[in-house]
Amino acid sequence: MFDAIQAFLSGFLYDWLAILITLVIQAVVVILPIMLAVAWLTYAERKVIGYMQVRMGPNRVGPGGWLQPIADALKLMTKEVIFPHQSNKYLFIIAPVLSIAPAVAVWAVIPFSPDVVVADINAGILYVLAVSSILVYGTVIAGWASNSKYAFLGALRGSAQKISYEIAMGFALVTVLMIAGSMNLQDIVNGQQGGVWNWYLLPLLPMFVVYFLSGLAETNRTPFDIVEGEAEIVAGFHVEYSGMTFGVFMLAEYAMMILISFMTAIMFLGGWLSPFEGIPPLETLFAWVPAFGWLAFKVSFLLFVFIWLRATFPRYRYDQLMRLGWKVLIPVTIVWVFVVGAMKYFQFGPWFN
Amino acid sequence: MTFEQFIFYVLGALAIVSGLMVITVKNPVKAALWLVLAFIATAGVWIMAQAEFLGLVLILVYVGAVMVLFLFVVMMLDINLAQLKEGFTRYLPLGAMASVGILAMMYMVLGPDHFGLEVTGAPVQQSANFSNTKAIGVPLYTTHAYAFVLAAVLLLVGIVAAIALTLRRRPPREVLYQNIDQQVKTEKADRLTMVKMESVVEKELPEKEEESK
Repeated sequence: MFDAIQAFLSGFLYDWLAILITLVIQAVVVILPIMLAVAWLTYAERKVIGYMQVRMGPNRVGPGGWLQPIADALKLMTKEVIFPHQSNKYLFIIAPVLSIAPAVAVWAVIPFSPDVVVADINAGILYVLAVSSILVYGTVIAGWASNSKYAFLGALRGSAQKISYEIAMGFALVTVLMIAGSMNLQDIVNGQQGGVWNWYLLPLLPMFVVYFLSGLAETNRTPFDIVEGEAEIVAGFHVEYSGMTFGVFMLAEYAMMILISFMTAIMFLGGWLSPFEGIPPLETLFAWVPAFGWLAFKVSFLLFVFIWLRATFPRYRYDQLMRLGWKVLIPVTIVWVFVVGAMKYFQFGPWFN
Repeated sequence: MTFEQFIFYVLGALAIVSGLMVITVKNPVKAALWLVLAFIATAGVWIMAQAEFLGLVLILVYVGAVMVLFLFVVMMLDINLAQLKEGFTRYLPLGAMASVGILAMMYMVLGPDHFGLEVTGAPVQQSANFSNTKAIGVPLYTTHAYAFVLAAVLLLVGIVAAIALTLRRRPPREVLYQNIDQQVKTEKADRLTMVKMESVVEKELPEKEEESK
């Protein structure tokens, strides 16, 4: 479809301009639904946590509170952006940009259905890892440019936490690409065909847990949200941000939550594949579900788990968080890299044939 | 100008400008951030040269990890900028000589005699599904296996040395250590004592009726 648009545009425009316009259209087609999903994810979070704590949650704006995200967005957009005294203005503005830009750019390689992907590149996993590693700069620069002790402490904590858990996350991804034999996300999903027991969930169960936990830490979600531990350092690296600059940080955090859910679903839960493949009565019964339907279902469940954990667990203490990352998750992943290597060598189960 | 050329010149200009800013900007934190931008632009150029594995690893390792740690160090430093610039003119001739020497050496190695399309020939255009990662991985683990393992050992030595240099065993009285295993294994009985006590019932107050009025 996009090739057709590009061909049409290059009929009367410069070639490079036609490509640029096509790229912008592609970006909008992917980013707009994600931003809408982010908006209503905040609503879902408040509602779900509300019901878990026997409250109503937001229910005033619109029917059942469904327009609450729009009201929130309007409020944030119309509020004044305050620059702290003696802060570094350029970096202060660049910080939220640096946190939202990678969170959006990552979506270029995420496949939503078979062959529905902006850039079907070979090194998909590596691209996701590399681009999401730039996210740290949003935190670091925000903390440094704010000229505030609390923001700086939050930034130091946050970046140390993020680069620590990135290692465990990287190792978890290594096992996935060992089993799939490819870094292309579409190939990884197609390698899991044939029902639930062919998903990488079973042979990589510890890696699934490690990846999801590191995902929680990467996105600063409870129980790993010491970056904004309000009891200790007010609100962490974005204390000084107000209005839309603060809103952009929130957008990035929730976009990354959705991304982690997508990646987990794609790598461990069979992506858009139906769990009932190869079970005759159920397979035909659920044949009407579109490919994206299954992916959306898995992603929604994982997002629910994100929110569920937030309502359930208290915050980790900083040293315990570092201990969990370095002394528990990383050794487990290293051991499992060898286990997967052995499983691959001995052609174990349906996954390695 | 094709779209690829346009992107290449943008990335190239970005790399050069940010490289210049690294050495001219006064604030060390900003210099480090310009260096990050230089890395990203270079990674972009590498990806355009069909070395997407190297480009992405450059971002992952240098931008995502090394430069963050570097920024940490630089941000925590309390640097007096005036002191740093002291002696600039005194060392200028030496610096100029060194830079001219380096430039001459680079020209001899990378100059038009040894570099360029006439010497190396146009790079082979690979098809879209060519796996760059495999192209690097196979020679790395076969023909260059020994060099690769040696490099790994070198890194290991680096890690051990860094830990050995900074590890200080201090007596427990000096520093408060947390025994986390013990902390994790705490049970309800260690923290909570149930106390049995008589319930205290308040007596009915005689003036209660007056209050309700």
